[in-house]
Parts: sequence; C-alpha cells; structure tokens
Amino acid sequence: MKVLIVAETDGGRVSEKTLPAIAFAQQKSPETFTILAIGDNLQGVEMLTGYGAQAVLTVNHPALAKPLAERYAPVVAHYAQQLGADAIVATTTTFSRDLLARVAGLLDAPMLSDITALESANGKLVAKRPIYSANLIGTFEVEGSHVVMTVRGPAWGKPEPKGASPVQNAEAPADIPTRSEWLSLQGGGGGRPDLTQARVVVSGGRPLKDPETFEKYIGGLADALGGAVGATRAAVDSGIAPNELQVGQTGKTVAPELYIAVAVSGSVQHLAGMKDSKVIVAINTDPEAPIFQVADYGLVADLYQVVPELTELLKNSGS
Amino acid sequence: MKILVSVKRVPDPYAKISPNATGTDINRDGLQMAVNPFDEIALEEAIRLKEAGKATEVVAVSIGGAESQEQLRTALAMGADRAILVQTDETLDAPSVAKILAAVYRREQPHLMLMGKQAIDMDENQVGQMLAAILDLPQATFASKITIENGSATVERETDNGIETIRMPLPAIITADLRLNEPRYVALTGIVRARSKPLETITPADLGVQTRTRVRLTQVEAPPARKAGKRVSDVHELVRLLREEARVI
Ligand SMILES: Cc1cc2nc3c(=O)[nH]c(=O)nc-3n(C[C@@H](O)[C@H](O)[C@H](O)COP(=O)(O)OP(=O)(O)OC[C@H]3O[C@@H](n4cnc5c(N)ncnc54)[C@H](O)[C@@H]3O)c2cc1C
Ligand SMILES: Cc1cc2nc3c(=O)[nH]c(=O)nc-3n(C[C@H](O)[C@H](O)[C@H](O)COP(=O)(O)OP(=O)(O)OC[C@H]3O[C@@H](n4cnc5c(N)ncnc54)[C@H](O)[C@@H]3O)c2cc1C
Repeated sequence: MKVLIVAETDGGRVSEKTLPAIAFAQQKSPETFTILAIGDNLQGVEMLTGYGAQAVLTVNHPALAKPLAERYAPVVAHYAQQLGADAIVATTTTFSRDLLARVAGLLDAPMLSDITALESANGKLVAKRPIYSANLIGTFEVEGSHVVMTVRGPAWGKPEPKGASPVQNAEAPADIPTRSEWLSLQGGGGGRPDLTQARVVVSGGRPLKDPETFEKYIGGLADALGGAVGATRAAVDSGIAPNELQVGQTGKTVAPELYIAVAVSGSVQHLAGMKDSKVIVAINTDPEAPIFQVADYGLVADLYQVVPELTELLKNSGS
Repeated sequence: MKILVSVKRVPDPYAKISPNATGTDINRDGLQMAVNPFDEIALEEAIRLKEAGKATEVVAVSIGGAESQEQLRTALAMGADRAILVQTDETLDAPSVAKILAAVYRREQPHLMLMGKQAIDMDENQVGQMLAAILDLPQATFASKITIENGSATVERETDNGIETIRMPLPAIITADLRLNEPRYVALTGIVRARSKPLETITPADLGVQTRTRVRLTQVEAPPARKAGKRVSDVHELVRLLREEARVI
C-alpha cells in the first residue's frame, strides 16, 4: 500500500496533530509513505522529517496561506494521482474532515472516517471505527484499490523516530479555485498544550459558574500538572468555557494518560470523547453520578474544597 | 432564493442502541426514528432565512425507503414548502448519497444547499464535502453562524482551533453544527396539516444515477466496557495512588 499523508497545517505552520497519521503509516506501510504539507512559507516542516517517510513534499503558494478545503483539495488530489497513492490519510480533526472528504469527492474514492484499526483480508481492506456516537464499533469492508481515510489520533499514538526524509518543494497546480476567502480565526492558544495531544487533561462541567471560576479552578489544576483544559458541552453552552475545549461526541476525542473530570456528570455524549483515556479521575459531589462508572479513582467531594487542595499538593510536591 | 436541505432518517439520539443477535446491524425492534439532529438544525436555518425574507422556497430531500416519508413530513411541518423522496432500499455509502444529492441539486438548481455536518448513525461527516466537490461549489462545514448578503455567504465555522470565519459566493454547500440554532418544536397537529404540502417520490434511475456501494458495514459490536474503579477518601490518597499505583504523575 502506497500512502500519502496529508499534514495538518494552518497554512503557516505544520501541526503536531499530523503525528498519529504518521504512526499509522509506519505500522501499515512502513516502506512506502510520503507526507504532503500545504501552505505558504510553511514553518515547522522539520517536525515531519524524522520518521522514515520516503519524502516530505511541501507546496507553498500565496493562495494557500490559509487552510481552505476548496483550495487545498485539488492540491492533494493532484499529488495523490501523481504519486499513484493507494491511500490518502490524515489524523481526524476538523481540518482533515473538511479537506479529505472533498478530496474523496474529487477523486470519486470511497472514504473511511476516524478509523481505529485496519487489516487486509482476501485483498480487501477491513477497518474498524466507532459508530452511533462511539456507542458501538463497526467493521467496514472496502472495495476497490483506492481509499481515503482519517485515523482516530488516540488509537494510533506517536510515531517512532526513524531515518531522515528529504524535503522536496513541489509546485502548486495551476488551477486553484479561489472563490472561498478566509477572514479570521478567534480563540485557541493560551499557552497550554493542545487538548488532543496532551498527556494530562483536566475538564470542568456546568457547576463552574463563570469563565473566571472555570479558569481559576480547572486552569489552575491543569497548570499544576502541565496539562490541557477540557469542558463539557453544558459548560460551553453556558458561556463558561470556549467552544474549542468541548470534549465529546460533538467536540473533541481525547485519550490522555490522565483525565480528571471535575463536576462532570458523565453523559454518554461526554463519555464518547474521553472513555479511552488511560486513567480517569472523577471529582463530583453526587456519589451516583454516572462518571463514577468509568472512573479509576473517584472522589466524592465539593470541587471548591478539594480542587485547591489538590492543586497545592501537586505544586508543592513538584509534579 | 431557493434552498435545498437534505434530511436523513436516523435512530432517535436518545434511543438506546445495541447490536442485533447476529452482530450485523443494530437492533431495530421498536427503535424510535427521527430526523438527524444536524439536518433539523440545517432545516431550521433555511426556514429562518425564508421568514427573514431572504429565501423564497425551502425544499427538503431524503434518500431511503418509503418510511423516510415520515421525516419529510416532519420537515414539511417545520416549514419546508415541498419535499422529495429519492426512494431506494439499497444500502448506499457516502459517495453514492452525494451522487444522488448532486443529481437532485442539478434538477432543482437551488441557490444554497444546507445540510447536517454529520449523520448521527454512521457519524461519517463526508456527504456535504463530497457533494461540494462533485458540483464544484464552495463549501463551509461546521457552521455556527450564517449571514447571507449580496449573493454571498459569510460563515462562522467551529474548528478545533477556534471560530473561523470564511466568505464565499453563492451557490455553495453549507453544513450545520450544533450551535447554529435551536430547531423549533413541531406539534402533531402541524404534521397533520402538512399533509397537504407536496411530497414527490422519485428513484435514483429517474435521476439517471447509478450507484455502486464500495464501503460495506459487515459487523457491529459493543466496545470493551470500562469497569468502575475505587473511591478515594481525600486528595492525599488520590495523589499517592496516581503516583504509586497508576504511575501517571
Ligand atoms: C441498515 C443500514 C445499513 C447500512 N449499511 C451501510 C454499509 O454497509 N456501508 C455504508 O457505507 N453505510 C451503511 N449505512 C449508512 C449509509 O447509508 C450512510 O447513510 C452513508 O454511508 C452516508 O453516511 P452518513 O449518513 O454517516 O453521512 P454523513 O456524511 O455523516 O452525513 C452528512 C449529511 O448528509 C446527508 N445525508 C446522508 N445520508 C442521507 C440520506 N440517506 N438522505 C438524505 N440526506 C442524507 C444528511 O444531510 C447528513 O446530515 C447503513 C445504514 C443503515 C440504516
Ligand atoms: C446531540 C447531542 C450532542 C452532545 N454532545 C456533547 C459533547 O460533545 N460533550 C458533552 O460534554 N456533552 C454533550 N452533550 C450534552 C450532554 O448530554 C450533557 O448535557 C452534558 O455533558 C452535561 O454537562 P455537565 O456534566 O457539565 O453538566 P451536568 O449534567 O449538569 O453535571 C454537573 C455535575 O457536577 C456535579 N457537581 C455539582 N456541583 C458540584 C461541586 N461543587 N463539586 C463537584 N461536583 C459538583 C453534579 O453532581 C453533576 O454530576 C450533547 C447532547 C446532545 C443531545
């Protein structure tokens, strides 16, 4: 299988969210994978060069300075055809969902979203992926030689360091459509690790009252652990936490080493986004809260009392 | 301005879903069905654009068996002007659904197509983008705010990095995210009254579309269950266990 990995970029910089797709390629097609990174004056390409890819292709063009699917899709389709790729792959994110399904449409290729396993049997690819908001796992068989896939980050992990790959500058195809225009991006950043990449995630629910309280208690605990901050949809909808922190069926999927759920009831929709975490801690005043059914360690207590204690204890013992 | 909205019949989002006895599909006995919640949001947006005087006609389309008429009746009751059922009992994959929708689009020639960002059964999140590619139209996925002005759409999108705003000329394909709006409630009487609105049934063959399903669902299983762990009495015990037992800090 010849794999073309589409690197996640914001048009200016390569994102570490690409790494699980590289781990996928190392496991499924170690000899024959190429990475394609699209943008304008792209930074951070060296992040992609130490994993044994045959080449890292970079396409830089002023029309590609922002990540618009309408503009990027023909570039991906062009290089997939030129390289004769059997599979076009990226880590599941809003960037790749937007872009790769458009590529599949351009190439009339079947697509598998968010896969957690892949085998080949009798010349067919057989993939597993969560369906019905991760309540069930579906097995899918794909006919035909070409396929587009997004891979669920937590299922594939991090790639192994391997031989250096040459970086090749590649031309943008001539006919990039420029009807869609990028205007702005608000939110993001904040200096904490990326939610989908972090080793530790601390999430807060609706009882955190307001953004200041949320930041003080949840942000404070996350910082003591060097972790990222997450939230429930109820917290986001009440304006306590920004939308991009939402974990769950309609938010992000995370699977850190440690997930601390503070005042989170544990709805199925929230669990869909975090139940594959290695260790789950729940802090909740209600001993019957469903979150305790999936927690490795449960503390029945008031967050306003125990979260400051926990934060202090971790700070003082240098964790 | 005419708006086309696709509407998929899916299990009710609050229904309990489990595999059937053979593990080849879900258990559908007595399963409550509904309009895909994201499509309901797309439809609500279309109806609000009509109420605001920006759109003149809202057409709902569904692909599926005869039972999908129920969801189209709900769409009509919400405020769609007419509905089209592309009737087929075949199992279609996302490219096939996109091809049929493209044929309906070409027949209807709308100025805007609104649809859900994903169907909550298969959660693929593919059809809108595939359709935009097939029709060579601009796309805006995961919309949380749509402003239509002077023949163009300005769309706020919910991305992993925050709210992104993009603008594109119409016609375009826009897919709805959860926070775009809160769909109105339709009373049963509304559904009865909507019976007089036109619902046309056609087939993929009438549209001249031939589909070939290449992705097949062969097995459905429950994920491995997580077992409940232990209760701790205070933060000191918690930190000790996280260090010595779980070794994650
Ligand atoms: C019994 C059963 C068996 C199935 N078996 C398979 C299988 O073997 N292989 C397979 O790939 N899929 C199978 N499916 C699901 C398949 O029909 C999906 O609907 C299709 O693959 C598109 O995926 P999605 O609905 O997740 O699309 P998404 O891309 O998540 O949907 C986005 C949007 O597309 C529109 N849309 C999608 N489908 C329709 C529709 N039918 N009518 C109107 N609008 C629509 C909606 O507006 C929706 O919000 C099965 C479904 C059922 C009920
Ligand atoms: C289609 C759909 C999609 C959805 N997608 C998502 C999603 O992606 N992510 C998501 O999270 N939700 C999602 N939801 C919403 C979900 O159903 C729940 O409503 C939501 O997760 C509840 O959030 P919560 O736990 O913050 O709030 P609540 O359910 O209100 O729970 C708060 C918890 O805090 C506890 N508590 C209260 N005070 C304290 C205190 N002082 N100290 C400690 N504990 C305290 C309470 O005992 C309670 O258990 C979705 C819903 C739908 C219908």
